[in-house]
Amino acid sequence: MRPQRKFVLALALVLVSVPALSARAQGEAVPRGPTFGARALQALIDGIQFGVIIAITSVGLSLIFGTIHLINFAHGEFVTIGATFAFYLNAAAAGPGWHLIPAAVAAVAFGALLGGAVERGLWRPLRARGTGLINMFIVTIGLSLLLRHLVLVLYGTRPASFAQYDIQSTIGLGPASITPRDLTVTLLAVLVLLGIAMLLQKTRIGTAVRAVSANRDLAEATGIDVQRVVLFVWMLGGGLAALGGVFFGLVEIVTWDMGFKLLLLMFAGVILGGLGSAYGAMAGSLVIGVVAQMSTLWFPVDLQYAWALLVLIVVLLVRPQGILGQAERVG
Amino acid sequence: MDFSVILSDALRSGIGPIAAVYALAAMGLNLHFGYTGLLNFGQVGFMLVGGYGLAITVSTYDGPMWLGVLAGVACAIVLALLLGLPTLRLRADYLAITTIAAGETLRLFYRSSWAEPVTGGVFGLQRFAKDFYDLSPIERGTYGVWLVRFSSRDLWVMIVGWSLVVVAAVLLALLIHSPWGRVIRSVREDEVAARSLGKNVYAYKMQSLVLGGVIGAVAGMLQAIQVQSVNPDNFDPGVTFFLYTLLVLGGAGRILGPVVGSILFWFVLSFLDSALRQAIDAEYISPDLISTSEVGAVRFALVGVALILLVAFRPQGILGSRKEMLLSDR
Repeated sequence: MRPQRKFVLALALVLVSVPALSARAQGEAVPRGPTFGARALQALIDGIQFGVIIAITSVGLSLIFGTIHLINFAHGEFVTIGATFAFYLNAAAAGPGWHLIPAAVAAVAFGALLGGAVERGLWRPLRARGTGLINMFIVTIGLSLLLRHLVLVLYGTRPASFAQYDIQSTIGLGPASITPRDLTVTLLAVLVLLGIAMLLQKTRIGTAVRAVSANRDLAEATGIDVQRVVLFVWMLGGGLAALGGVFFGLVEIVTWDMGFKLLLLMFAGVILGGLGSAYGAMAGSLVIGVVAQMSTLWFPVDLQYAWALLVLIVVLLVRPQGILGQAERVG
Repeated sequence: MDFSVILSDALRSGIGPIAAVYALAAMGLNLHFGYTGLLNFGQVGFMLVGGYGLAITVSTYDGPMWLGVLAGVACAIVLALLLGLPTLRLRADYLAITTIAAGETLRLFYRSSWAEPVTGGVFGLQRFAKDFYDLSPIERGTYGVWLVRFSSRDLWVMIVGWSLVVVAAVLLALLIHSPWGRVIRSVREDEVAARSLGKNVYAYKMQSLVLGGVIGAVAGMLQAIQVQSVNPDNFDPGVTFFLYTLLVLGGAGRILGPVVGSILFWFVLSFLDSALRQAIDAEYISPDLISTSEVGAVRFALVGVALILLVAFRPQGILGSRKEMLLSDR
């Protein structure tokens, strides 16, 4: 085991360092604008912003795994649907042309309803039929294909932005800068994450969610309505994914496959933090976001997601239970 | 609507070169998923390294084709070892996430500007299939019976492709019915039981991953040769999802499952595609509802529905046995 791990780690190091050297060789010829420190600070800020958005979307994914041990492959589509639904209400030619804020609220409500609907209409009947977890996992892939391409038919392939807060001048933060929009999104996202933490720690339903995650049978025996908790988790996950989609669409752009691209980063964040732990998902996603953005300091931008995914593989090598997960034998 | 065109499209696709490619790739996946119980969602990664191994050797470095084939196979073996070392000891869902992440990471690396001198980046590579077509004994022209006609090039790819499918099927059938195959299936049924009988479960899983991956890589080479180019975007995770759909359709854990699944899958898919296009052209379906450019998306959505219904109602597919496919929480 040990020598094998060392071998793979060494290989990963080689993979990382070779492009780093070649990138440095190329970088010398390019005239640089801001200093490295300024660019690093900027990348860190971008990374935190990216990380908290991934965190919002991945908390639901992790909670769903925690309660019913299902890896929801269709979670990325909830993100896309949230963003495109808000886009429809906000900026689409055929839509009602609402302001972004009510549109975002409606999108979150729609995401929660969608999450609840797939739980009631799909997962609960499948669980009642005794479908195995692996089979249900493949069903989530089918659902993901279905939803993603429904969005493609309804929304089209053209990337678009929301009607409000599109172009803004930046405000300086020392050597780095951020637009008021991005700053607001980041702060809102952090507030939402704190809100989820409060919800899980202080409320009855939050306690129930944690109880079901810790031990489903024991929770059921104590009189917790597990079905209701699972429904709540799906609605929470759907709503948060939709919110994350709106945020991502706001700071980047709305596309029909944005959720699927984010999905792998969410997985990376969730595994990095420890599957099933909401706080782990938050911490892991933040790391993934920062890694993705900081990597652009040394490597081409088109590889930024690849580094985040490599982090996932390295984490599985050295600490498969994740940062906050409990060590257990998982195989 | 012209039904002979629809039928011709569907038949051509059902026995065509792409069906052979998918049948072969799904046979590798069948060894992973159907026989060993490994949830490999990165089969497309093996196809990618296979196709690129061939293309890079021939196109970028002007090597001979046989060396390219060897390079592709070697890449697949290395990839399987790299993937297997960290994940095969973990639970099945970890393997699923890691393999899909690895497949996507590979695609991103191959299409990045940094790798462009070798892999051609987003443009991919062309002009590496000449040696293969030079081997063809078939005269130029089109061949076929009734509604089904193929060009001489497609026919040559089909002959090689389906021959490879037959070879792989015979090989896998022999393997599965050998003592090695019995251990592999016991790993799927009950890993702990296999381990307590003194079998090195990890090593068996790794052998299965490598072998299935190599079969996937050969399928990737065949695909690269058939379309006469490799492009990173031909190897997106959607390919793996197609493979799973046709594998479940045909019956996982059966030698002929992927073959039947692939033929039927491509037949139905092309039938729907062609019928939808014709219905839109003839305005049976309003172009406002679905335009011709959206037929591809509708097709994917239908694959999703098919996958959901199949796994929910008939997880054993056409050929499989239900008892074997009741995979629970592993």
